Amino acid sequence: MPGAGSSWGRWPRHRHRTIALTNRYQRLVLDEPGTLLPYGNGRSYGDSCQNDGGFLLTTRGLDRYVAFDVDNGVIECEAGMLLEDVIEFALPRGWFLPVTPGTCFVTLGGAIANDVHGKNHHRLGTFGHHVLGFELLRSDGSERWCTPSENADWFAATIGGLGLTGLIRRLRLQLRRVPGPFLRGQSLRFGNLSGFFELSRDSDADYEYTVSWLDCTAKGRQRGRGVFMRANHAVAEGTTPGSGQWRVPFTSPLPLVNRLSLRLFNTLYYHRPAARRADAVWHYRPFFYPLDGVLEWNRIYGPRGFYQYQCVIPPATAPESLEEMLETIAVSGSGSFLGVLKMFGEQASPGLLSFARSGTTLALDFPNGGAPTLQLLESLDAITRKAGGAVYPAKDARMSATSFQQYFPRWKEFLRFIDPRFSSSFWRRVSQDPQGEAS
Amino acid sequence: MRKVLIVGATSAIAESVAREFARREDRLFLVGRRPQALAAIADDLKLRGAPMVQFRVQDANDISAHAELIESASVAMGGLDTVLIAHGTLPDQAACAASVERTLAEYQTNALSQISLCTLIANRFESQGNGTLAVISSVAGDRGRQSNYVYGSAKAAVTAFTSGLRQRLHGKGVHVITIKPGFVDTPMTAAFDKRGPLWASADSVAKTIVRGMIAGKPVIYAPWFWWGIMQIIRNIPERIFRGLKL
Repeated sequence: MPGAGSSWGRWPRHRHRTIALTNRYQRLVLDEPGTLLPYGNGRSYGDSCQNDGGFLLTTRGLDRYVAFDVDNGVIECEAGMLLEDVIEFALPRGWFLPVTPGTCFVTLGGAIANDVHGKNHHRLGTFGHHVLGFELLRSDGSERWCTPSENADWFAATIGGLGLTGLIRRLRLQLRRVPGPFLRGQSLRFGNLSGFFELSRDSDADYEYTVSWLDCTAKGRQRGRGVFMRANHAVAEGTTPGSGQWRVPFTSPLPLVNRLSLRLFNTLYYHRPAARRADAVWHYRPFFYPLDGVLEWNRIYGPRGFYQYQCVIPPATAPESLEEMLETIAVSGSGSFLGVLKMFGEQASPGLLSFARSGTTLALDFPNGGAPTLQLLESLDAITRKAGGAVYPAKDARMSATSFQQYFPRWKEFLRFIDPRFSSSFWRRVSQDPQGEAS
Repeated sequence: MRKVLIVGATSAIAESVAREFARREDRLFLVGRRPQALAAIADDLKLRGAPMVQFRVQDANDISAHAELIESASVAMGGLDTVLIAHGTLPDQAACAASVERTLAEYQTNALSQISLCTLIANRFESQGNGTLAVISSVAGDRGRQSNYVYGSAKAAVTAFTSGLRQRLHGKGVHVITIKPGFVDTPMTAAFDKRGPLWASADSVAKTIVRGMIAGKPVIYAPWFWWGIMQIIRNIPERIFRGLKL
């Protein structure tokens, strides 16, 4: 199949053997040596879904519904099912995902393993907050049903546990009620970062979903400008997008993302009439999943792929740290189609290694330009470290062990939960002794 | 509402086909060898919309049980009008070449058991005056190749058998459909390198199959472009073909 075993950033490229899982009673039969890593739909951007030289346990064959309680909105299904399938099932029955990331093409197992977040983090926390339980299979054949009260230590280790604690085969998820597929809200421009913070403060109490697009190419007085969107589920009449989808048909031989196209895109996006217009009704698809309409959009970054950088900066240091990052990025001339900015809530995440925490999160992608790109990302890490923030493993392919161990201070507690046969390229990189780290 | 019997129901293509029927709110009766896997599939199909799903644990190679199997499906669903025969294995060609026993066992699974089921179901449909019988054969049955001729020739038997059955039942309200999948990404083909444009997903192949079954198409190549590929392969003169590494 195209792209089997690769990550969404299309970089780095690794060699794997795959073991396809097709039913939830399958045992992990391991005649050959080599480490294992569950692999869902390959939407992690970097190497947290890669296991160079080892095996990938592909989980897309675990895609069955198990049970649904329509009165209480509790769905039970296998872990290789996509969020898209859950929505397709639940929405006509009046239910929706309680928390959704920016693509519905991720598996439920992946959503747990990365403890993903969405535009309503300030209200409903992370995906893990809504997981009622899951079944964890270890390479020794043991099975555990884990919930916040039963095997609670395994529950906390596996949520955000990057697939390293064993294989999640089946799970139970609490859905939330919605009146229909539409959201009502506003999109508002802001001229700089303090405009963003002001809008966030004003909106987070009245709007469940808030998110901003940021123009990373703007310089001088325009730096930090962007468009703020806020919305609530609503009874509304709107247009349902067609089921047609665009596909980027092949990998562009050269990256289509460069200084010129970025400036053009961002300027047009900022000045488009819809950004100025205040009131809006959105269908959930363009609102939550704007890029899912373009299949395999990652191909525009060319054969060398791209890096995504997503960090969270604590509230106290967020304004000046983000200013410093934008300055650093603007000076470098490297930028992103879509910079995304969002205020997280104060709710503590349920996982030992969960990324989401109180503060402001910024996500950007950068075409892979080799050493200069890595230098830029390392200088962003220096700012994040100094501010006491963290970088999102699901999107990372390059953070140093030093950075990781500072960002995730509970990583040593996590060690005893790792399945002895499980590993990933990401984990081997970030868990090494910082002293011996290649610079 | 259709009353659909699927033999080999835990195979990836069959399960995807069953989901298509479940979505159309048809009744389903599943036959396979693994009870836990069948139960999981049955639960899933009910949630996908099937008003009734039952299953029976049965090895399709047990030919003496075929008549009773078909009757029990009909009793469970209150009739029978659609059948998909989907069980099969992909033989190890080298091992078969070294063993008559193995070769004949593969024939039993991939040709004889299918022919037995077809015979019984065709007669039943003929006397009730309606029905759709779809059988999964393979593009491999279109010409014997050294890499896969035990499987290929078994499927050639299924293709020719269903072709004859189709003529016999034409005009009697019974559709006999020969399905020829190409390369499909399923557990059966786990050992293959699946890069390249010829590989299709079980889901997309299933959609093609169900559309063809509903339309009563006689022969379904899935995906469709295999028709063209096999036209070429069938028309290579034997003098040249015998020297090819296919």
